[in-house]
Amino acid sequence: MEVLISILAAAVRSGTPILYATLGEILTERAGVLNLGLEGLMLMGALSGFWVAYSTSSVTFALVAAFLVGAAIALIHAFLCVHLGANQVVSGLAITMCGTGASSLLGRGLVGETIKGIGVLPIPVLSKIPIIGPVLFNHDPLVYLSYVLVIGMSWFLYSTKAGLNLRAVGEAPGAVDAVGLDPVKLRYLYTVIGGGLAAIGGAYLSLVYTKMWGEHMTAGRGWIAVALVIFAIWHPARAALGAYLFGGVGALQLRMQAAGTSIPAPLLLMLPYLLTILVLLGISIKKGKGILLGAPSALGVPYQREERT
Amino acid sequence: MKGITKSFYGIRANDEVNFEVRPGEIHTLLGENGAGKSTLMNILCGLYTPERGTIKINGEKCFFKSPKDAINAGIGMLHQHFMLVPVMTVWENVALGDKELPQVLPKNKVIEQIKELSDVYGLSVNPLAPVWQLSVGEQQRVAIVKLLYRRAKVLILDEPTAVLTPQEARHLFRVIKKMAEEGHGIVFISHKLDEVLEISDRITVLRKGRNVGTVAKEEASKEKLAEMMIGKRVAFAIDKPIQNPGKEVLNVKNIKVLGDRGRLKVNGISFSLRQREILGIAGVSGNGQEELAEALTGLRKPISGKVFVDGDDVTTGNPRDFMKRRVSYIPADRKGTGLIANMNLRENIALRKYWKSEYTRFGFFINWERIAGHTGKLVERFSVANPSLSYPVRLLSGGNMQKLMLARELSDNPRVIVAVQPTWGLDIGATHYVREVLVSQKEKGSGILLITDDLEEILALSDRIAVIHGGEIVGIVDNPDKVTEEELGLMMAGTKLEKYPVYDLKEDELE
Repeated sequence: MEVLISILAAAVRSGTPILYATLGEILTERAGVLNLGLEGLMLMGALSGFWVAYSTSSVTFALVAAFLVGAAIALIHAFLCVHLGANQVVSGLAITMCGTGASSLLGRGLVGETIKGIGVLPIPVLSKIPIIGPVLFNHDPLVYLSYVLVIGMSWFLYSTKAGLNLRAVGEAPGAVDAVGLDPVKLRYLYTVIGGGLAAIGGAYLSLVYTKMWGEHMTAGRGWIAVALVIFAIWHPARAALGAYLFGGVGALQLRMQAAGTSIPAPLLLMLPYLLTILVLLGISIKKGKGILLGAPSALGVPYQREERT
Repeated sequence: MKGITKSFYGIRANDEVNFEVRPGEIHTLLGENGAGKSTLMNILCGLYTPERGTIKINGEKCFFKSPKDAINAGIGMLHQHFMLVPVMTVWENVALGDKELPQVLPKNKVIEQIKELSDVYGLSVNPLAPVWQLSVGEQQRVAIVKLLYRRAKVLILDEPTAVLTPQEARHLFRVIKKMAEEGHGIVFISHKLDEVLEISDRITVLRKGRNVGTVAKEEASKEKLAEMMIGKRVAFAIDKPIQNPGKEVLNVKNIKVLGDRGRLKVNGISFSLRQREILGIAGVSGNGQEELAEALTGLRKPISGKVFVDGDDVTTGNPRDFMKRRVSYIPADRKGTGLIANMNLRENIALRKYWKSEYTRFGFFINWERIAGHTGKLVERFSVANPSLSYPVRLLSGGNMQKLMLARELSDNPRVIVAVQPTWGLDIGATHYVREVLVSQKEKGSGILLITDDLEEILALSDRIAVIHGGEIVGIVDNPDKVTEEELGLMMAGTKLEKYPVYDLKEDELE
């Protein structure tokens, strides 16, 4: 039981950075923009968060800085893809490449340094509930914030006017334009917010998870988040489920290694990615049968008003 | 609207056009495809910005930078594609873009208002249904409710009857008249003369982007309007040679075909097509026509049933198997399925030939000289206007594109031609040409399956008509001269008529 609880708690902790990135990408993709730059955004978030925390000792500043850096990079993506109608896949990949390189370069002096980071803050009363308490309510504030985000985003998407506009612009930007809203503005907005959230996910790694900076420390989590958006069928609640599932597999894999299993470590490290492939396979098979089509219809398609075919 | 001018790629879609509409008036904008009607109205609703010209509303000069400005000025447009979000429900679609609603959506209030509007204007809609589940007619009602909900004073209806059955169209006319009575100004866009005469108070005719004139309903007649629209008197009639069909070339036995979303789109269709015969498939678009055409050309495999060409079972064949049996396909989607827009004329002609030994060298390299020679001959025979054979097809006009496709598809004297909406979007001259080519090909011995939602075309060309609804044949008309549009309309809406039975296949035939 003890072991199970500790694995579940670890699942939540290691799922959280992926969750932030996934939520960010859900916002972006709901608006019809595909951003494959999550890995680069997370790395830049991790570095800028660590840098500010290291030099100012303020984790609040660190988080704000990470969000702004992510938002700024996503703004470039939005300019290229929304404004100029550039290929979104290419732009996203470029962000990942540049983010990886730039973070390694800029972070050279910080390798090996440590910070106090963000510590655990158990929620009174709630954390005392058996099983649920230690699994869900014995974490750092960023984990709690992610709960708020998941619930808030689900409500936002389906119950508010702004949420309606967001969903519509990813499905039919022409319809949004025809009712007098500006699809370009909306896409800019959510691409930028999405980028900021992905960077917070990266900052979680350096501020909470490891409390240090290391090159390529995201280790593919950005890509898992891209896959998770599909797994979640663009819904925040399912994104949480998916993120914790992948976090859990990661945590389990660490423990199995520590317990000295005879299974080779690389095989265990592959587990989350294998699961990604399996999930995608499952969804595609279902999709082939016409059972669920969750992707926003206009995802990846630039919108230009006076275009005539 | 005064002196409106707008160009696309150097072509003037609108040239100094004037147009006005008064409250309570139904003013029709009439013109052929490409006459500039939609462009003018897209300018009025703020989607396009004109190069020159002014718009005045209640005497006040307006400048629309975006649809937002037009909506605020009380202008609402019912687009040909309704501009609805399919995955959302009706009430969400209506609420979309309403700035006066509070941040947290008052679902029940919106639903109530929708119901009110439905009652007043006779537009029945279910506010909770997701839009993608609705029929085209219902979607149109949703789009109209949406305009009324936004308190549009001027309603622009862009060819609203194109997607409706005659009965649905009649219902729509009642709604339109009701809206005019309530003081709305209605702009009705159409190129169908009968309905224009039925509904309009005034009619303005456009030709090639210019005003031809405005007439009151009382002064208008079908002949006069047609002349204004086309410019010169054109003989519409196509000689339909006496049919003497030969042997059967295509036989379809009880096929069922799934659509893109895995739903059954063709639900057990059987028919037989003979040489020297045009069988028209009439129906409102989206009733399984596309899927049927794809199943008969190898693009989509039926889940059950059989397809025979000249007696050979080709049910599971791929498109090339069909080509080798000389089945030609003229798809509705000219630039996607029919031609490759970025490739040139020669390359597009080669698509149907390149694997044949006479067009290759050493059985591997394409013999471009021969292809070019072949293309040159075809282009001349079908009078495809083109600057050069290496010109990208996307830069040709719609009519020339269609001629090029006909040239390719008819070049090896096909046994079967599957033609889907062959004259869609073409001007009258090109339409006439395409129809003549199809009829003359019929005389040469091809069996032609003509799938279109253009009733006039079906009646003008077909030797027999099969009406399709919901993926099934509702009735087969053996003598198209005797059928009324009324009867066809009823069948298109799914009503079976005793006069026009569906051929029953005996059980053993199905095996």
